Amino acid sequence: MGPSGTGKTTLLKIIGGQLHPESGSIIVDGENVHQLARKDLYSLRKRMGMLFQSGALLTDMNVYDNVAFPLREHTDLDESMIRTLVLMKLQAVGLRGARDLMPNELSGGMARRIALARAIALDPMMIMYDEPFTGQDPISMATLVQLIKALNTTLNLTSIIVSHDVKDTAAIADYIYVISHGKIVGHGTPKEIENSESDWVQQFMHGEADGPVHFHYPAKAYIDDLLAFDKN
Amino acid sequence: MIHLLTQLGEKTRHSFTKLGRSSFFLQQILIAIIDVLPRPHLLSKQLYAIGVLSFFLITISGLFVGMVLGLQGYYILSNFGADEALGVMVATSLVRELGPVVAALLFAGRAGSALTAEIGLMKATEQLSGMEMMAIDPIKRIIAPRFLAGFISMPLLAALFSSVGILGGHLIGVNLLGVDEGSYWSQMQTSLDFYDDILNGVIKSLIFGFVISWIALFEGYDAIPTSEGVSRATTRTVVNSAFAILGLDFILTALMFGDI
Repeated sequence: MGPSGTGKTTLLKIIGGQLHPESGSIIVDGENVHQLARKDLYSLRKRMGMLFQSGALLTDMNVYDNVAFPLREHTDLDESMIRTLVLMKLQAVGLRGARDLMPNELSGGMARRIALARAIALDPMMIMYDEPFTGQDPISMATLVQLIKALNTTLNLTSIIVSHDVKDTAAIADYIYVISHGKIVGHGTPKEIENSESDWVQQFMHGEADGPVHFHYPAKAYIDDLLAFDKN
Repeated sequence: MIHLLTQLGEKTRHSFTKLGRSSFFLQQILIAIIDVLPRPHLLSKQLYAIGVLSFFLITISGLFVGMVLGLQGYYILSNFGADEALGVMVATSLVRELGPVVAALLFAGRAGSALTAEIGLMKATEQLSGMEMMAIDPIKRIIAPRFLAGFISMPLLAALFSSVGILGGHLIGVNLLGVDEGSYWSQMQTSLDFYDDILNGVIKSLIFGFVISWIALFEGYDAIPTSEGVSRATTRTVVNSAFAILGLDFILTALMFGDI
């Protein structure tokens, strides 16, 4: 967790091997992501799912084909097997009935659930969620939270959720890292984080306007700025 | 003055890094083509989108260009009493120059801009990086089939343009202005050389198809992922393709016909 612009999505992209870190290393399932050859990186990625903020569905295919896409690309399963798998994944996110819709006919929440079905199509060992709760209405938010929790326990996954939504994330997380400006400023179970002594963590968890983090982008004094035009 | 020099240096460096990126991109495409060949359905879908959907534009434009050639050619040639040579004039100018060049310009406007916009938007909506995270290489799955389709479509469309143009010239010259039909076709047949004229035209359009597809796909792939970035990239595709086509046409013509 952390406020916008602290590098949360960047961190996910580094874990997925899309960006290279300037220093340090990322180890996933015992493998150093940035020292892998391209082929090995791709085979590691088959075991990682990633849910993008926008869903990133392929707009020229319908929902069914989108979920079937990784299966068709990576396996030699016949169509009947793929159909069964796709329907199972769609059933899990509650959108089996929407399989013939095109991505532009979906609401933001539905698109993200379809993307989730696609992310679990290859039965990964871990899923990375990039801001899964942003822009969701309360109902789809609640179902999504439950869905992530249920998937995590039933499929025995590791889930990494990047979010600035304090309450909902704390409700399902086992362990939380709070980051700011590319640094970890606090970590612990949701309870430990709640009781953290760090001013920074307290400000973030309770959404206070004033504290170590300033609401205003750095600027010169307000009154000087207002009068600057006259002086010119 | 110093500011101007720095700017010039920066621009030059910028264009060279871009050239480097695009060469690397081209190399990746060429390697990825091997993976497209066993999956013909990917290619046929793009052949339809890029080639077949350009048919209408190319046919109509070819017809009109041929008709104009018929008119202008007739007025000039009849001054010298050589209006039977109309067929040769129409066919030679179409097959050697106008067919490949005008078809390529139209192709860049119709299919090149569409390719750039499509790839740019796929980038902006994270479809490309989503694909990478699914362990699917977008160069192999998305870019290479489109490149190959552009490369194959271009000479076919140029041939279509020239053929329809020759018919357009016939329509005006023979049917309207009364040039002898027999000499229209027979003079064309005797004067047009397969290697010198037709094959050189095909080579030109193959090169144009290669360059347009490369420019269009690279601009889309390299676009800044915002609406403004994609719109600029689309413009750049059309402008750069036009420059490339016309510049290359001069060089190719000089190489092919220079010693005659």
